[in-house]
Amino acid sequence: MLEALLVMALGSVILGGALGYASVKFRVEGDPLVEKIDAILPQTQCGQCGFPGCKPYAEAIARGEADINCCPPGGEDGIHKLADLLGREFKPLSGEHGIEKPKSIAVIDEQTCIGCTLCIQACPVDAIVGAAKQMHTVIASQCTGCELCLAPCPVNCIAMVPIPETIDNWKWKYPVFDVRKAA
Amino acid sequence: MPSNSPFLRQPASVQSVMLKVLVALLPGIAMYVWFFGWAVLIQISLASVTALAAEAAMLAARRKPVRHFLTDGSALVTAWLIALSLPSIVPWWLTVLAVLIAIVVAKHLYGGLGQNPFNPAMVAFAAMIVAYPQFMSQWPAAGATDLATQINAIFGQRQLDAMVMATPLDTLRTALHTSGLNATVESVLANKTTYGFLGGKGWELVALGYLIGGLWLVQQRVITWQIPAAFIVAFGGIAGLTHLIDSAQFAGAGFHLFSGGAMLGAFFIATDPVSASTTPRGKLIYAAGIALIDWVIRVYGAYPDGIAFSTLLMNICVPLIDKSTQPPVFGHKEKRP
Amino acid sequence: MRQLFSFTGGVKPASHKIESNRGVVIVAPLPNVLVVPLRQNAGLPSRPLVQAGDKVLKGQTIAGPGGSISVAIHAPTSGTVRGIETHAIPHPSGLLAPCVVIEADGEDRWIDRKPIDPYALPADELRARLRDAGVVGLGGAAFPSFVKTQHGPTQRIDTLIVNGAECEPFITCDDLLMRTQAGQILEGAAVLAHIAGAQRVVVGIEDNKPEAVAAMTAAAGKRSGLPVEVIAVPTRYPAGGEKQLIRVLTGIEVPFGKLPPDYGVQCFNVATAYATARALLHGEPMISRLVTVTGNVERPGNFEVRIGMPIADLVALAGPKADTDRNLMGGPMMGFALPTLDAPVVKATNCILAASKALFPPPGPEMPCIRCGACARACPMDLQPFEMYWFSRAKILGKAQEYHLFDCIECGCCAYVCPSRIPLVDYYRFAKSEIRAREKEKDAADVARLRYEFRLEREERDKQEKAAKLAAKAAETKARLAEAGDADDKKAMIAAAVARTQEQKAEENPSAE
Ligand code: SF4
Ligand code: SF4
Ligand code: SF4
Ligand code: SF4
Repeated sequence: MLEALLVMALGSVILGGALGYASVKFRVEGDPLVEKIDAILPQTQCGQCGFPGCKPYAEAIARGEADINCCPPGGEDGIHKLADLLGREFKPLSGEHGIEKPKSIAVIDEQTCIGCTLCIQACPVDAIVGAAKQMHTVIASQCTGCELCLAPCPVNCIAMVPIPETIDNWKWKYPVFDVRKAA
Repeated sequence: MPSNSPFLRQPASVQSVMLKVLVALLPGIAMYVWFFGWAVLIQISLASVTALAAEAAMLAARRKPVRHFLTDGSALVTAWLIALSLPSIVPWWLTVLAVLIAIVVAKHLYGGLGQNPFNPAMVAFAAMIVAYPQFMSQWPAAGATDLATQINAIFGQRQLDAMVMATPLDTLRTALHTSGLNATVESVLANKTTYGFLGGKGWELVALGYLIGGLWLVQQRVITWQIPAAFIVAFGGIAGLTHLIDSAQFAGAGFHLFSGGAMLGAFFIATDPVSASTTPRGKLIYAAGIALIDWVIRVYGAYPDGIAFSTLLMNICVPLIDKSTQPPVFGHKEKRP
Repeated sequence: MRQLFSFTGGVKPASHKIESNRGVVIVAPLPNVLVVPLRQNAGLPSRPLVQAGDKVLKGQTIAGPGGSISVAIHAPTSGTVRGIETHAIPHPSGLLAPCVVIEADGEDRWIDRKPIDPYALPADELRARLRDAGVVGLGGAAFPSFVKTQHGPTQRIDTLIVNGAECEPFITCDDLLMRTQAGQILEGAAVLAHIAGAQRVVVGIEDNKPEAVAAMTAAAGKRSGLPVEVIAVPTRYPAGGEKQLIRVLTGIEVPFGKLPPDYGVQCFNVATAYATARALLHGEPMISRLVTVTGNVERPGNFEVRIGMPIADLVALAGPKADTDRNLMGGPMMGFALPTLDAPVVKATNCILAASKALFPPPGPEMPCIRCGACARACPMDLQPFEMYWFSRAKILGKAQEYHLFDCIECGCCAYVCPSRIPLVDYYRFAKSEIRAREKEKDAADVARLRYEFRLEREERDKQEKAAKLAAKAAETKARLAEAGDADDKKAMIAAAVARTQEQKAEENPSAE
């Protein structure tokens, strides 16, 4: 019996050592937390989380005032990352802030646009160019897809268009691991 | 045909790997039968049937394709290893229980093939030796091969006195630990009828059988040389060294390596890929660790052989060992990651 | 004799080279319509220079380099441009991409070809010519060759390695090229060495190609000047991987994140050297190449094919067998299954391999990883494939990267040996492209953050400017008040202010009057 006890004791010592080592080695630096949270947020700046932009949401999370599952553009992936960073449980996206959608960008129908500049004022990342009374255009590479420009447009000429799959953004798919099918 | 490259595959399979392991066990088993009778074959069949049944039941319960996994042979390897490490005349229910623990608890509750951090056979062995020490020390005596008595021992009334014998390891330990006896290794081992030439009559040839099968596995690239080599060098080294220092108290390398589960451990137990270390340097550390702990248990511990405990202990350390012995990657050789 | 080194791991699959190795080049007939993709090189796609209806000559530039890592593309024959259409290209995704479609006129009339004396021109000029001749690496990666001849200030290229190893099973086009064009290959290699400033050329050929070794050695013996060594290297896949060949020939290991010129070497495929010779010494841009068609076909062989020829037509020349279930581009270890045979032959097409169940039997059901380590022993990059697999499968991508995911060259050795038949490389490809996509997303997010912060700042500044103006006004009023001193004046001031406000209101809102 002594043997068994010895084994258990030794085991726990080793395990304890391993855990200690791991906690030292993989410790999360706690300080510039807001920056780290902000770095995970998708910077769509859409305000769907209920805060005026990603940074304020990051600050709210850091203060513990907001949950981690309020950002639809970041999706489940983003929540996983936040959960990892903060050492919290993963939870699915809370429905009240919206759902995860395929990434889209805004396109202005240039025939209809009356050049009112309202969308320019709404765009958080200055992705729309154009001067008063001239037709406006979205710079596709800079549009984050936040949809904030849709509502202000008086003639409804802005539409969200999903980004199509091209050779440039094509990705290898996750391999299907289906033993049953194979067998 | 696979949907992506590489489209060519070597015709290797888990099944063929496991089959080779079983084949490699045969020389040792043959020796076992020769010296200790047919009982071990009864135990092996018993263990195999139990293992396959338990495996099938667990696969079905876990909703895995039964036939697909059942034929991989891994359950059989576990079963055989259990049957070979238990005394061959333990009662049938003990073997069955051990196999159930191995397959159900140590394997499937941890997630099945490839997921178990502990060597299932050794988990079972350790559990048995803690729970039923009395049965686990009753080994058949060399030459006591009468089938009827053995069957009786396994399935019926246990009338053991005539055929039972403690293992050489056990007797040696008892002799040395009993104060007042003034036994020395030399005086104990002088009894050649018990101790044979190296590691106990009969047992040394069983170990030789394992050694031969194991070397074949290395040659077949089923296992790598690191684990057996490190195991033998470390075990032989510490035994030889202590024997040099105090030959009265410590048995030599030959005795230790050819008795008990040393050879089985070196080539078949420590090399279980799932629970062993995987990096080349890690394997050396891992196997040397098992050998050293086993030696300590043999010499100072309460059990005659400690291969199970030492394997389990080192299983715990595997993630740490692997993490810190990552081999340098191509082109990154100067600085170790 | 050069001391050879070796790399760890590697595998020895059956080579299947004899089938297609008939020692002759079969010139494929000119197709009626050629589809020339604008994206044929690694880097940026080319920029089209022609429109529908344009008449083009064979070898005429139809697309210019679309960036600094990009090359020109040429009309493979004379004819009329039907247009720039989206068309299937050989890519694992099966997605369409813009291609210049040319209807051949059958005359196959060349442009005016202008051979040059490369040794009389500066290296930069030669690089520009290589680029404008569309020369890219023909071993499969199609990386613009002119870029590879450059090196930064801290880099150098002493040794130019010519890769004739051709380690992939089934493929024999380089073998045949070496047997038939050894002299031209070495001419091209010498020119590349000249451009790169290399002092010696080392040709590495797997020793399962004795004829090629003999031909190249003979050709090297006839040359003078630049020292050329032809070395037979042991046959073991992937000896023809760039990193592995450099290692075998020089002992240098080029890690991920570094380039061969960081270590004084550079590596070109034999076909690339040949294309260089054609381009500079004969004025013929890159419009055709040798393609091995083999596998499940009646008449496997090597074909000289124009870029843009539909792969279906090419396979038809070799007599495909009925039980072919799909066609691969490249070899069986690193190639990919073509989603459609509509796609044309491109510069990177070294082999079309017709596959059947008999040729590539299904590997049997996948099992869980048993951590047997066979993959690690086979990995030529000294990686721990099962660890990378574990983390890629669990989508813990950061961890996979810690286990050097990006050092993986996707050679397939690990999956080849895995007794559990896990498609390991699929997981690495997935993890890599996922990581790359996320990095892109992250970059985009960083830009968005900057732009958002900039906007906030601007709004803040505007606000402050307004506030400053207001404050200035208030101060002014105060000062005047102080000047006025007594209470009467103060009253007067207030009255005046009230009047002014009313006036303002009236101005702003004339209808209220
Ligand atoms: S919901 Fe919109 S504003 Fe809020 S964090 Fe997500 S992307 Fe940023
Ligand atoms: S263009 Fe519209 S959708 Fe795009 S970032 Fe600006 S406001 Fe958002
Ligand atoms: S070869 Fe396959 S089963 Fe073996 S360790 Fe590698 S991935 Fe796992
Ligand atoms: S595919 Fe990658 S991990 Fe697998 S053997 Fe090749 S280099 Fe190693």
